Amino acid sequence: MGTELAKAVVDGVLTGGVYALMAAGLTLIFGVMEIINIAQGVLVVLGAYLSYTLQVHAGIDPFVGLLITIPVMFVLGMVIEWGFIRRLAPRDRTALSILATFAVAVIVEGVLTQAYSADLRTLSAWYVDRSIHVFGFYLPYIYLFGFALAVVLLAALYLFVYRTRTGYSIRASMQNRAGAQLIGIDIDRVSAITFGIGAAATAAGGTVYGATNTFNPDSGYDLISRLLVIVVLGGLGSIGGALVAAILALVIEDVTAVLWSPVWSSTMFFAVLVVVLLVRPTGLFGQQAVRAQ
Amino acid sequence: MNPALVRRSVIVLALLCAIGFPFVFRNPATTSIAFFTVLYMGAASAWNLFSGYTGYMALGNAVFYGSGAYFIANVTNHLDLSGGIGIFLWVPVAGLFSGIVAIPVGWLALRTRRHTFVVITIAIFFIFQLLAYNLQSVTNGSAGMQLPLPPWIAATYNDYFYFAALIAAVLAVVVSWTVRRSHFGLQLLAIRDDEDRARGLGVRTGRVKLAAFVLSGVLTGMCGAIYAYYLGSVYPPFAFEAIFDLTVALMAFLGGLGTVSGPVIGALLLEPLQQYLTQQFTAAGLSLILFGALFLVVIGFLPQGIVPSAEALSRRVKAARSR
Repeated sequence: MGTELAKAVVDGVLTGGVYALMAAGLTLIFGVMEIINIAQGVLVVLGAYLSYTLQVHAGIDPFVGLLITIPVMFVLGMVIEWGFIRRLAPRDRTALSILATFAVAVIVEGVLTQAYSADLRTLSAWYVDRSIHVFGFYLPYIYLFGFALAVVLLAALYLFVYRTRTGYSIRASMQNRAGAQLIGIDIDRVSAITFGIGAAATAAGGTVYGATNTFNPDSGYDLISRLLVIVVLGGLGSIGGALVAAILALVIEDVTAVLWSPVWSSTMFFAVLVVVLLVRPTGLFGQQAVRAQ
Repeated sequence: MNPALVRRSVIVLALLCAIGFPFVFRNPATTSIAFFTVLYMGAASAWNLFSGYTGYMALGNAVFYGSGAYFIANVTNHLDLSGGIGIFLWVPVAGLFSGIVAIPVGWLALRTRRHTFVVITIAIFFIFQLLAYNLQSVTNGSAGMQLPLPPWIAATYNDYFYFAALIAAVLAVVVSWTVRRSHFGLQLLAIRDDEDRARGLGVRTGRVKLAAFVLSGVLTGMCGAIYAYYLGSVYPPFAFEAIFDLTVALMAFLGGLGTVSGPVIGALLLEPLQQYLTQQFTAAGLSLILFGALFLVVIGFLPQGIVPSAEALSRRVKAARSR
């Protein structure tokens, strides 16, 4: 029981890191543009399929393939922002953005179904099937590699947002959109870059997701619901909050599976959000007063 | 001509068309599409009653749809009812059950606003879907539940459900209309425009929002119960369907958020189209792409929805004429 519990916690932390990376993109997009990107889940699946294609047709290792898929997804994110988000009427922006990004998700799902059929796929590599023996339990290499990748990319994202000029612009836009515009920040450019970064994060997340799960074009909906829970749990717009929330939620899910039953673990994942919001309507690290309209 | 008279005759004409439809079109494939269209008119109106009037985007109405479906499945199984028109009498009860479900859900979700509200309704939706899988004693899990088979012949089979759905839809529209014209409706609209100010002016926002939420839940639950009886079986992914949440929202948006006729028009356009696309393009991917693209076109060109856009147009025409 003790080892199982320890393993559940370690698994939760490791997978939580990857979820944090995917959620970081979502929370960043929300912070800058005040929109909920429903397509984030299906973009993760798209990232997984890109890695899959590179691997099957060009023999490129999924992690090496990130050098290609991350820039591709970055550009795609910018295109989505430019094509569909920027044009939304300012009135009802929140509601319209949900519908517009859902439409994008449906289209991407359709394209993926057309291209790959609805069969379940998974990424394979030597590190997917093999495990390393540490502290008395086996850990699949992919969990470690995925976590390392997530940590590196989250650190890079943090440095970018907090230490570069564009990062300053992004944070200024998050704090006060109109004020940022007033001091000469090009909001359209910042929004496009932010959306690009959000999509680029899904490329990396998708590779790890695709190696640790079976996926088909429909998998995006389960993912986006989890990512949304993480983002709100951590406090909308907070990258650090997303990290803590992702690890917390996934550890609770894995521990529930051990202590109670795997059947109830997913329910607990969502129940955590309900319980936390009862106590703190702003989420764990939300600074923005969510109750203010 | 008197505009009130025009409006009244349009409503009567539309109702007559709706009643006459299954007598003119006898093909079961057509009446099946008609059934779903009318059912979604009711469900979209119910969604609009809360979300359209208050401006709170609820993306978890499938909770009430599924609750109504499981309620009627349980009632028919436990009371050993045989198939027939009598089962429709349980539809309003299923609606009330969904309304009871809506009380704690609404109390919980309405503690938050805006984006957080959207996400918490999604989270609650997934909790219910997972509960439907896990609470074996009430839902029979993923094996699903069967409802009694009605004794009707194939040619008129759909008609019974069509009229049941039509009654539910008319009820939803009448309730929406009554609310819209009432003091209660004005309070809801005040919340949409500026909740804090409405509160300052003496609107008991918490109570009013919850009342609308529960009302929306009752009407949605009735639609869910009819849907379950039509399918003859209830499974967690069909009763608690994520697409349902977005479909009703899209219909209300297409027609015009917060208007009485908007959701009806939205459902009338979208549901047959969606059914047609699914039937026409057997390649599942292609129908998804077309549906998504259409969706984007609607949002891009009619962000206000059809009814408000048409009203603006007619105002402009009138102004040009009077000049």
